[in-house]
Amino acid sequence: MKSLGVRAGLLSVLLFIAFCVLWQVAVTPSASTGPALDPEYAKLMGISTVGAKSAMPGPLDVAAKLWDNLKRPFYDNGPNDKGLGLQLLYSIGRVALGYVLAVLVAVPIGFLIGMSPLAYRALDPFIQVLKPISPLAWMPLALYTIKDSALSAIFVIFICSVWPMLLNTAFGVGAVRKEWLNVARTLEVGPWRRAFTVILPAAAPTILTGMRISIGIAWLVIVAAEMLVGGTGIGYFVWNEWNNLSIANVIVGILFIGVVGMVLDLILARLQRRVTFPE
Amino acid sequence: MSMFSNPFSLKSKLGRCLCGRHATQEEHAASERAAGLGDEARYRDVVASGLMRALFPNDMKRRAFLKAVGASTAAAALATFFPLDAATEAFAATGKPEKTDLKVGFIPITCATPIIMAHPMGFYAKQGLNVEVVKTAGWAVVRDKTINKEYDAAHMLAPMPLAISQGLGSNPIPFVTAAIENINGQSFTLGIKHKDKMDVKSWKGLKFAIPYDFSMHNYLLRYLLAENGIDPDSDVQLRVVPPPEMVANLRAENIDGFLAPDNVAQRAVFDGVGFIHSLSKTMWDGHPCCAFAASREFITTMPNTYAALLRAIVDATGYASKTENRKAIAEAIAPPAYLNAPVTVLEQVLVGKYADGLGNIKDDPKRIDFDPFPWESFAVWMLTQMKRWGQIKGEVDYASVANQVFLATDAARVMKEMGLTPPATTSKSFLVMGKVFDPAKPAEYVASFAIKRS
Repeated sequence: MKSLGVRAGLLSVLLFIAFCVLWQVAVTPSASTGPALDPEYAKLMGISTVGAKSAMPGPLDVAAKLWDNLKRPFYDNGPNDKGLGLQLLYSIGRVALGYVLAVLVAVPIGFLIGMSPLAYRALDPFIQVLKPISPLAWMPLALYTIKDSALSAIFVIFICSVWPMLLNTAFGVGAVRKEWLNVARTLEVGPWRRAFTVILPAAAPTILTGMRISIGIAWLVIVAAEMLVGGTGIGYFVWNEWNNLSIANVIVGILFIGVVGMVLDLILARLQRRVTFPE
Repeated sequence: MSMFSNPFSLKSKLGRCLCGRHATQEEHAASERAAGLGDEARYRDVVASGLMRALFPNDMKRRAFLKAVGASTAAAALATFFPLDAATEAFAATGKPEKTDLKVGFIPITCATPIIMAHPMGFYAKQGLNVEVVKTAGWAVVRDKTINKEYDAAHMLAPMPLAISQGLGSNPIPFVTAAIENINGQSFTLGIKHKDKMDVKSWKGLKFAIPYDFSMHNYLLRYLLAENGIDPDSDVQLRVVPPPEMVANLRAENIDGFLAPDNVAQRAVFDGVGFIHSLSKTMWDGHPCCAFAASREFITTMPNTYAALLRAIVDATGYASKTENRKAIAEAIAPPAYLNAPVTVLEQVLVGKYADGLGNIKDDPKRIDFDPFPWESFAVWMLTQMKRWGQIKGEVDYASVANQVFLATDAARVMKEMGLTPPATTSKSFLVMGKVFDPAKPAEYVASFAIKRS
């Protein structure tokens, strides 16, 4: 009897292979031959053989495109044509900037709100309304007021990732056990020390949960924002390939968006584990 | 090609009628080559064309004049009261550009051909400019980025500077159409399942995509529908969809058809999802489509840069107007950095020999053409349609808006400074679906339509 991990891994691989085979079968054109085309017309249509070609690429096409992109990830042919690696770096850079700004704003403010139940109750409705607004809705407003598309993209990341962190921080701080605070008070611990030695460690897991939700949102947002603003980034890459109707490259882009999103989430998950303590 | 033909030749046509000028163009190019003339001669012709056009809005009169006095006398006569050489020099002036690193935005469609090809083919570099051409996702983004000054100038739909200047869909900011990018170059495309709907009257209930509200596409499609008794606001649905996304939407049957740039239409054919019902040139041969636009502020604060940029664009447009160059252009603008499209699709658009999606091969070298002259009457026509469909409320001063936005009046202005009386308009009349448009009577034109909003 092999271990559960090995069996699960084996099952994953099998599932992946089955998925690829099904995919390949689904996109393989039927063998029926249509009416013969005038060769000149066929050439203009870009078809060399007769028969319907599926618009959807198969797994082999995607693998070929993937290899193409992996072979030279950092080439730079001017502003409209850069390698996949460069595009990802641009996106990660934007996300990092907008996200760090959001952390710097959300955690302290969330802390303050969390300490005062009044402020928490008063501000909660606003946060609840602002939280579900889509990045694309912010974009025109940002472009119009900030008047700079690069800053607008970062602003949109900021504004979309700030609310979950704010809410979770406030909640985490507000939910710190009363007994702990009372103990701190009887020991005459000053407010600053109380905040850093009692509240922060107690609220840290909840704060990290908010940060983890936010990084996911930030990564979702950047793709939409870059599709609209264009220029650089993985969102622009996907848009540009859609523009070219190269679905294979779009799938490659999607794959990388997924992988990077997963890595970002893993980093935050590891951080979260580090600050969690058994009660 | 009016802008690039010899204005002192009887054979050339300064724009009134566009057919049959092909031979003239070749002749002109051949003579220029034979004489070993370079840029100087070409700039001179461009300036003289504008001047002759301003003097003789009616081509018949120009010909009568040339016949009466002869071309060389005409040239000499013109030179006595208009410093042609000086004007040419001013146009070709190599005044140091105030700024050499520029950004020009474009939408990836063949309409932007001159703006795009000027980069790989070195037209910007020749003017001492280092221009970065930046691909942009949609028209609203182009508008905002140009207003933001992220772009120094941009590829826009010809009606956009009119709309921006009047504050339609944005704050009113003075913008100009410095040059027309392309004429013709659009196709009515339907999904392949609508093969039987060749008659426009059967288009009731369909969903169509247009690239932007302030576009020739919107006005031409509405015009075509209305002429066939279909109210574009109630009998069909018109949706704004960026051109690159139209093919995907057609494939998904989210829309039934679109009026879009030819490369998008050809792409729909190439992918087997649509067929070309008709070219927009069948409605109005020589209609303007896209524009090279900039803010008035850019033009006034950086006149030398603007002049150099305009020279590059006019040069590139002239190069693109020659059929024999089109293959090379298709190859130059196909890579991912520019249009990101198959060369064979672009070649069918630019060369004009194309598959229509129904199994026929058609040949129309003028499917798309390039002529930069921003006729004011073009602007007046666009304004009449903005008025017709309720985009402009209230009174419109057609002539003065057209005059401010479409920069066709430079020749007239210079003439005034010389103490001459320039003709009242830099306009020409033209036919739209067989109906004569008189730019002097826009209000009557609007009133003459059966289907309208105002």
